[in-house]
Amino acid sequence: MIKFQDITKIYPSSSSSPTVALENVSFEIKPNEFVSIAGRSGAGKTTLLRLLLAEEKPTRGRIFFDDKDLSKIKSSQLPQIRRKIGAVFQDYKLLPSKTVYENVTYVMEVIGASDEEIKRDAPQVLEIVGLEERVQNFPAELSAGERQRVAIARALVHRPEVILADEPTGNLDPYNALDIIRLLLKIHTLGTTVILATHNKEIINSLGKRVITLEKGRVIRDEEKGRFIL
Amino acid sequence: MFITLKRIFKLGWQNFSRDGGIAAATCFIMVMAILLASFLFLSKDVSQFLISSIQEKADISIYFKNSTLEEEILNLEKELTKIPEVKSIKYVSKEEALEEFIKRHKDSPGLMESLEEVGGNPFLAVLNIKAFEASQYQAVVNFLQGPGFENLIEKVDYYQRKPIIERIFALTVGMKKAGWIISVVLAIIAILVTFNTIRLAILNQKEEIKIQRLVGASNWFIRGPFLVQGMISGFFAVLISFLIFSFICWFLSPKIEFLFSDLNIWKFFTGNFFTIILIQLSTGILLGIISSTIAIRRYLKV
Repeated sequence: MIKFQDITKIYPSSSSSPTVALENVSFEIKPNEFVSIAGRSGAGKTTLLRLLLAEEKPTRGRIFFDDKDLSKIKSSQLPQIRRKIGAVFQDYKLLPSKTVYENVTYVMEVIGASDEEIKRDAPQVLEIVGLEERVQNFPAELSAGERQRVAIARALVHRPEVILADEPTGNLDPYNALDIIRLLLKIHTLGTTVILATHNKEIINSLGKRVITLEKGRVIRDEEKGRFIL
Repeated sequence: MFITLKRIFKLGWQNFSRDGGIAAATCFIMVMAILLASFLFLSKDVSQFLISSIQEKADISIYFKNSTLEEEILNLEKELTKIPEVKSIKYVSKEEALEEFIKRHKDSPGLMESLEEVGGNPFLAVLNIKAFEASQYQAVVNFLQGPGFENLIEKVDYYQRKPIIERIFALTVGMKKAGWIISVVLAIIAILVTFNTIRLAILNQKEEIKIQRLVGASNWFIRGPFLVQGMISGFFAVLISFLIFSFICWFLSPKIEFLFSDLNIWKFFTGNFFTIILIQLSTGILLGIISSTIAIRRYLKV
């Protein structure tokens, strides 16, 4: 379903030497897999997810999503690909001028869901993440944890094929963090591929799923039922 | 398709109604631009009126000998109307010239006394000729200098009036040119100011546009609401400008008419009602749409 072939990403810098964010990274993710990307801050986890979302293009190598080469795809075809992905960003990326409810329904409007579907699914998802009381608030009026949960609700409301979660528990207390991981596991059991990038050792160890470990932009370990070892 | 369009309009209206200050600022700038366009349209007509009323003052007169018969003068008038350069001819007979003089000077006893002293009618019959352009008077004079006319004509006052005629025409040509240059400069300023206001308004939304792209919105789904917002701003701006413009025309009309008796801008306004609405609507809505389209383009490359 997702294939990284010899991916290298270099960020040019005018003042210092170029930063190599990823170097010769190759792996494959099959449908319905739950994969954790582990590594320290700056190991290249976020870059990897950004490449998968075609937010950036790799310097070298090819990325395939459903057999489509993301490095060659036209800008006009990107929306089609992105609608199959639900992304939870590290910095949430909520629409500041829209309420919680509108942030969640926007994605459904984008994919062309009917008004009935939106009215049925959006409140349900908001209830799952425990935000049914906050639907009319704007992101600026929410706590970090609540914003995180809006981001998750938005990522799953349109039932994407893949969920990319970049440090989804980064701003949450242990109880909330556990809730979110349980939620991701539940979505996974319903048939969605989940890619979770985190540096949280406990979470990775408790999952018992596949772990790809990155260090300084390289894959140093890729194990089924892996553990957080650095 | 319909549902997408409905959502684009809904999102556009939402952006407009939530933006408050920015929407008001955009509207205000657009009102300025639209009013400018309307006044340029008005000034085109007003300056045309002023130019032609100045040009009215330029003419030459042919004075006929006392011995010339009225029939001969009327024949010459007919000949003259055939010359393409001639715009208009007015015949004033000896009697009419005398009557005009008495009417104008009946309150100045000195002039009336001297008229009596001279006795009879000292005035000559006259043809007043107006041409379309200053350079064309020479052609008329050349025609009058032809054979057969010297017995009829006492004098043509062209050479006396030549410098003033040329100055009048030079002035009107200058006025037209200056009008064009001022219009173009003002229009460019209005467009740039509006464009920049809208660009700044959209700059605020840069991050939002990027997020919309990342969650899979197509370019049209992102651009659409901005265009709708631009259109709504344009529409409100037109409404406000139209009210202001009609009030100004209505208010100033009697004052201007007092200065220039034939210039009635209220009549001009009502006469060109639909053209003015069209100019205002197209300026407002096009400015809104085009500026938004250009301003948003660069943020869609995510």
